[in-house]
Amino acid sequence: MAITSEGLGRHPAPETDPMQPVPFRVLRRKRETHDTFSLVLKPPSAPGPFSFAPGQFNMVNVFGMGEVPISMSGHSGEVREIVHTIRVVGPVTQTLNRVRAGGTVGIRGPFGTAWPVGAAEGHDVVMVAGGIGLAPIRPAIYHVLDHREKYGKVAILYGARTPQDILFLREIESWRARFDVEVEVTVDRASRDWHGLVGVVPGLIPRAHFDPGNTVAFVCGPEMMITFAVRELARSGVPAQETYVALERNMKCAIGLCGHCQLGPLFLCKDGPVLRYDQVVDLLRIREL
Amino acid sequence: MESLDRILAEIPLFRGMKEEHLALIAGCASNVRFEAGEFAAHHGEPADEFLVLRQGRMALEIHAPGRGTVTIQTLGDNEVLGWSWLLPPHEWHFDARALTLTRALKLDGRCLRGKFEHDPELGYEMMRRFAQVIVRRLEVMGLQLLDVYGDH
Repeated sequence: MAITSEGLGRHPAPETDPMQPVPFRVLRRKRETHDTFSLVLKPPSAPGPFSFAPGQFNMVNVFGMGEVPISMSGHSGEVREIVHTIRVVGPVTQTLNRVRAGGTVGIRGPFGTAWPVGAAEGHDVVMVAGGIGLAPIRPAIYHVLDHREKYGKVAILYGARTPQDILFLREIESWRARFDVEVEVTVDRASRDWHGLVGVVPGLIPRAHFDPGNTVAFVCGPEMMITFAVRELARSGVPAQETYVALERNMKCAIGLCGHCQLGPLFLCKDGPVLRYDQVVDLLRIREL
Repeated sequence: MESLDRILAEIPLFRGMKEEHLALIAGCASNVRFEAGEFAAHHGEPADEFLVLRQGRMALEIHAPGRGTVTIQTLGDNEVLGWSWLLPPHEWHFDARALTLTRALKLDGRCLRGKFEHDPELGYEMMRRFAQVIVRRLEVMGLQLLDVYGDH
């Protein structure tokens, strides 16, 4: 089964002016790791309920400073709260890290394509995430687990840099406690007091249990990790046509106008971030892109 | 009781090998077990065997002065531990410690090398299969070295 681009759940552009940030109130801030936090935001009641599909992103704006593209990391659909999980890497994210409950941030979105969770029904699903890449894939995990009966075997494979960098640790433990999903976590390096797996996340793929001829794979993380993970999936028998990746570039306008996020003929803000791997594999091999 | 060559045939490293080759390899194999915390290998010591883990988990560790012991990789079911037996000076490059009760097949390197001398086809087949193990291990280490989740 090759899912067509329609299966990527592309949502219509926001009804409001897509370039106009809308103020969202900060309900909660949660520290996730030493450099990563989540903001829980309340959308305004007008112009209507906020709705997004797993894998889509918002432009999160600190008024007067700038904005950054951040994927939604909470439950998808029509929601009363949205969650953004953010790693502190620059001035905007540093400022967002200081926002507290009651504060306001600007939001434009949702934008981009989504994980094809609907088209993957009836198939085994392997979700591979590395580092902060667990956040954009978490809405897809929620969807699959909430509709567990519609899928075959489900595997969640996650890799982090060290044990201290593991995101959503308690939630991962709760997924692992289920009997209907395979969850494996590995870290790139660890001292002796870590009793879990050590190694890179693509190395978990050969150990996972799925039928490669009936599997859809979602991969999210640093591009180099994606490359290795897709290679390992292919070795296991999952073709590129059944493998979906989330790619990032320098998203600015988020509506496919400015070209900052261009990858060859694609605008990743509009044509991505979720793309079928066979549609981008040749582009990713071109260094200049 | 299942014979060792039958067991070998189920292990990915040996899958698809000729029966006569499996029988030769089985002649160099034995079952071993390690309690949690027990070492299967020590850095610098003679490496005259390799292990195929059947059940359990092992950590490959390096002791770095000033940094303590660092786990560089963990191995699980059906994974291969050690290739130093193939090439001189046949010494372990790291420590291997059982994290859980671990059952494994131990393959005697001297015994195997002797059989390779008499059966170059078997030797080539094993070298080809170990090359894949080594390449996979190098890929893992390359990705670890890239530190893809770090600050860039």
